Parts: sequence; structure tokens; C-alpha cells
Amino acid sequence: MHEFRVQVGPAGFRIGSLWEGPIRTLEELYRDYPTPTITDYSVRLEAVSFLRRFIRPSVAINGDYMLPDAAPLPLAHALLAAEMAMNVQMALGWRRHLLLHASAVEKDGKALIMTGESGSGKSTLSAMLGHMGWRFMGDEFVLLDLVTGEAMPFPRPISLKNDAIAAMQAQVAADRFGPRMRGTPKGDIRHLVPPYKAVQSMGVPARPALLLFPSFGFDAAVRPVAPSEVFARLTQASTNYVALGEAGFHALTGLVKDVPARAIDYRNGDEALALVNQLWDALA
Amino acid sequence: MVALPTTYLRKENAQLIIAPLDAMTVIYHRRSGITHIVADPVPQILASMDAAPATASDIVQRLAVLFDVDDVEVEDIIAARLEEMAELGIVERVRA
Repeated sequence: MHEFRVQVGPAGFRIGSLWEGPIRTLEELYRDYPTPTITDYSVRLEAVSFLRRFIRPSVAINGDYMLPDAAPLPLAHALLAAEMAMNVQMALGWRRHLLLHASAVEKDGKALIMTGESGSGKSTLSAMLGHMGWRFMGDEFVLLDLVTGEAMPFPRPISLKNDAIAAMQAQVAADRFGPRMRGTPKGDIRHLVPPYKAVQSMGVPARPALLLFPSFGFDAAVRPVAPSEVFARLTQASTNYVALGEAGFHALTGLVKDVPARAIDYRNGDEALALVNQLWDALA
Repeated sequence: MVALPTTYLRKENAQLIIAPLDAMTVIYHRRSGITHIVADPVPQILASMDAAPATASDIVQRLAVLFDVDDVEVEDIIAARLEEMAELGIVERVRA
């Protein structure tokens, strides 16, 4: 078994793999990250069956926490399997923060949190902003401190999909990208290593200041979102709200009462960035 | 024999955490760990209930002091909401 250990934000991961290739790719993608002294989660990439190790190999994901019906992925997508497995550990196991399925960036100590369905553009927007003077905090999970209400970064390599890959390749040096994985369940995926600054300061929290619900593919528009709707949407965007009980309730009502929320529609990245900047400037 | 009206008791304050947001209020029920999102008049009904059991009619009278409740059907509405809250465990039926 080949092994790789990595610290992302407050969580330590140990990834074991039957194959060396995925571990080398992970080492490359996470080259700026520290090695944890304590690991919170173990993930294993294993062969679906003994022979499958050699003949058209498929990767089965195993770990401390598992989804019972996770389908095996071809070995070419082993990196995706490892990233998905790390997400599952966080989503099902983490209890130290309220976990929101969201992306976040920071400026002047204040966090902009973006949440929405897959395809809403939250990941791409955080990647773009993270290379335009904002600090990238994460594109998958935002961790809300249960006592202070601050957002803790969880800056994983950014999972770019389809058209977003070319958009970011135009802006960022080629050596910051992982391999292009074609024909995954979500189309083509290529990981982008977060800016060095984001990894270096992944222990520094930020106070949530604006909550956005982006939707891609509609004429540019901004709508306020009522606090009760924000509350309902965020309970759905949280993987551990129910498990946290009262602590989760206080963290979420605190966020909803304190932080303004807007839904934004956009047709392209420039439109989205203009809307984000306009809303952010209006906060000041 | 005349049936006595149902009387309800609000769960002790420690069991409920109530956070008004806008037209909706969220209520966390400690014993079940369930969050309820409720609209008017549920928060007003809960606010009007004290340590003593109350009927729907008692609550209408208390709310009439604070709000215009001249609708004749208001007692039916309050009674229906009380029954729903009893099913959720937010209030308790103390005499059926």
C-alpha cells in the first residue's frame, strides 16, 4: 500500500492506495501543504477485485466513512476518487464546525460565501476571485466555527469542470494544474492548485460578510433572499446540521441574522465578477 | 355529557429555542433535535402561553388584546395550529 498524508485546514488525512500513480499525483497537487501530525481520517483506494488490479483496473473507495452505493471509478480517475473520498470523510464525519457545501474567498478579514447546486459556478467563481486579489478559502466546504461564527478555510485543490478549465488556464501557469480527467460523471475535470497564499494562511479564519446564491445561465440579476429562505437553503447545504443539534442551530441562526444574502444570476464570468464586486463594494 | 375543550400546555421554556427571522420563525426542539420553520400565528400563540394550561378560546382572548382578531373562524385556526404543535411535541395536550 502506498501512502500520502496531508493537512487541509483543521483536518488531517491519510490516503492509502494500492497503486503508486494516484499518490504521486496527490503529492504533486498538495505540494504546498503541510503533513499532519495527527490524521483525522483514513481513505483507501483499493482494487475492486484482485484481478481488477491488473486488467482494466477500477478503484473502489474505502475509508472511515463510506457511501454504501459509491460506484467504482476507472484507475484514470483515481485522483477524483481520492478527492471524493476526502469529501465524504468531511461530510459524514466532521463535528467541530458547521459544514456548509459552499465556496468562499476573503478580503480585508471578511468572507464572501457562495453556495448553490453543482453547476451554479460557485467553484469557478471562487477560483477566479482567488486569483484576483482575494484569498481563496475553499471551493467545496466552508467550516463555520460553532462559537465565534467565523469561517475557517478548507482550501483544497479547485475542481474545475469543462469550460472552466480553459478559462482558468488562460490566467494561471500550467504547472499549477493536475492531470485532465476526461469523461468523469461530471464531464472533464482538472484540478487547480490554490494560490500559495491560500495554503499558507489556511489556519486564518474570516468573519462572514456576504452570502451569495449564484445561478449560471440566466440574464444578469440580483435578488435579496429572505433570512428564512437562507436558513432553509443552508440546512440543505449543510452535511452535518442535524448531527450538531443545538450547536448547529445557534451557528446557523447567527449566520442568517448577521449576514446579508443575495441571489445572483449571470451568463458569463465577467458578469458574475461585476455583480460580486458591486455587491461587495455596497457593503462598505 | 358535554365534552370539555382540549387544554394545551407549552413545553417548558428550556425545551424550545425560538429565533424569529422574518415572516418566519425557526424553533429548535431540544428533546427531538428537530428544527421547525413556522409562520404566523404560531410564534404569537407560543408567546401567549404561560405556565398554566390554556384552551384555544383562552389564547384567542389573549391574542385579542394585542391583535385585531375579529374573524369568527380565528378560534378554529388557533385550535388547528395547537393540534399541529401537539403532534410536533412543541405543546402538550393536558386534558382531552
